[in-house]
Amino acid sequence: MESSIKKTNGQPLPSDRPTETPVRRRQFLQYAGAGAAAAVLVAWGCKKDDPGPDMGGKGFYFGSGDIAILNYAYALEQLEAAFYTEVTSNPYGSISDWERALMTDIRDHEIAHREFFKAALGQQAIDSLTFDFSAVNFSSRGSVLATARAFEDLGVSAYNGAGWLIQDVNYLALAGKIVSVEARHAALVRDLIDNGSFANDEVIDANGLDLSNSPTVVLEVAAPFIKSKIDVTDLPTY
Amino acid sequence: MNIFNIFDEITQVDPEFHERVSPRRTAIRNLASMGTKVAAATLPFMLGSLFKKAYGQVPTDVTGVLNYALTLEYLEAEFYTMGTAAAGLIPVGPPQGAIATIRDHEIAHVAFLKQVLGSDAVSKPEFDFTAGGTFGNVFTDYDTFLALAQAFEDTGVRAYKGQAGLLKGNQVVLTAALQIHAAEARHASHIRQMRRARGGAAAAQKPWITGANDSGIGAVVDPVYAGEDNVSQAGVNITSLNGIEGKLSANAATESFDEPLTAEAVLDIAGLFIK
Repeated sequence: MESSIKKTNGQPLPSDRPTETPVRRRQFLQYAGAGAAAAVLVAWGCKKDDPGPDMGGKGFYFGSGDIAILNYAYALEQLEAAFYTEVTSNPYGSISDWERALMTDIRDHEIAHREFFKAALGQQAIDSLTFDFSAVNFSSRGSVLATARAFEDLGVSAYNGAGWLIQDVNYLALAGKIVSVEARHAALVRDLIDNGSFANDEVIDANGLDLSNSPTVVLEVAAPFIKSKIDVTDLPTY
Repeated sequence: MNIFNIFDEITQVDPEFHERVSPRRTAIRNLASMGTKVAAATLPFMLGSLFKKAYGQVPTDVTGVLNYALTLEYLEAEFYTMGTAAAGLIPVGPPQGAIATIRDHEIAHVAFLKQVLGSDAVSKPEFDFTAGGTFGNVFTDYDTFLALAQAFEDTGVRAYKGQAGLLKGNQVVLTAALQIHAAEARHASHIRQMRRARGGAAAAQKPWITGANDSGIGAVVDPVYAGEDNVSQAGVNITSLNGIEGKLSANAATESFDEPLTAEAVLDIAGLFIK
């Protein structure tokens, strides 16, 4: 929250006009408060010597307003769908039948989300992104589940944090329909790693509130996995 | 994210903030960017005597939503508090740990919402978790207890979802509501796994909702899952979309989107457990 307050330059936070702050790669390490998911992904992002996406590609201009937020969700769903597609086509060796079924279910949910956004956005949809999962060891259950946990927790925080930026009540309703499914995924993946960690204090605060992150924070965390040059200059954020 | 931290941080850059947000009623009204645009008459809270106090005292949408949420959290908090206090009900080990985790979140939600609402908060109703005898063994039979826990969690997820529109554009309240909503979904996911592990009627349970009433509990909870078999989102039939092997299945289509419940439907369900 500290960074978002700073960006208001001493003025009170506007309640209805989100500031539009371009994502800056250099701010990457400033977001220490982005939550456990962020911590995991930041660690990986720093290990890799990848410059991250150049935020300026033409095929990946998100648009502005609600369209930009829908494209933001579409991008995150593309990331998750691509990840689980790889997990299920190249499963770790020790995978049980039940875990394979769960990963397949989650894959299909993320594909449903991705294809839904693509269809709903029509001509305004960004192109299909390409991803870099070189930091993930798909033959390792631990690596796969840790990545899944990070993506799911990040996804939950993304929808929670972007909800108030959405102007159209129908889009808000759709985001609500999706975020709880992501939270179900997050809890399941956490329990697969460590039973009982579905909602521990890494993700739920003292008020019983789940994670929330601004689009800027979420995209910085996701950046090491995105090879395409995205342009989010008009994406509402704070 | 912590709503009170937000208040503190806003105060640092806007010293008058505290004055503007006091009393709480004014605060909530000010925070609701859509507050005056939604006619009070369209609010569904008049149904059920449970909400007369809230509705009568504060006919603004955001306060109504928060009191609606508070009542559901009262229900959940008391349910888990009674469950964990019932000797021999919940097996020691991971089950007791998980239920205690969930109980503590529901208690935190009650405290949080009461703090936000201040004097506008509704009182805790008197609950009857047997629903007039329908679930007479709720605190002596573990499977019944888990079945009701699942029904409450899945209902809670749907209830918050149904009210999001009334909080549109409200950074503080909508964000907090979404954060509670996601916590409830995590609970639901885990309770469903706990029930699956018990086997029997719940053996096929998944962390997500498949179709209409996949609970194995029976028709008594049909209202909890009514409409969850929807496969069409914003005019897009999800089963017409391409998956890995052909079109996406109807199961995937229903699982991938949780559906909202109207306040009327939620109150009908909650009302069964309120004296």
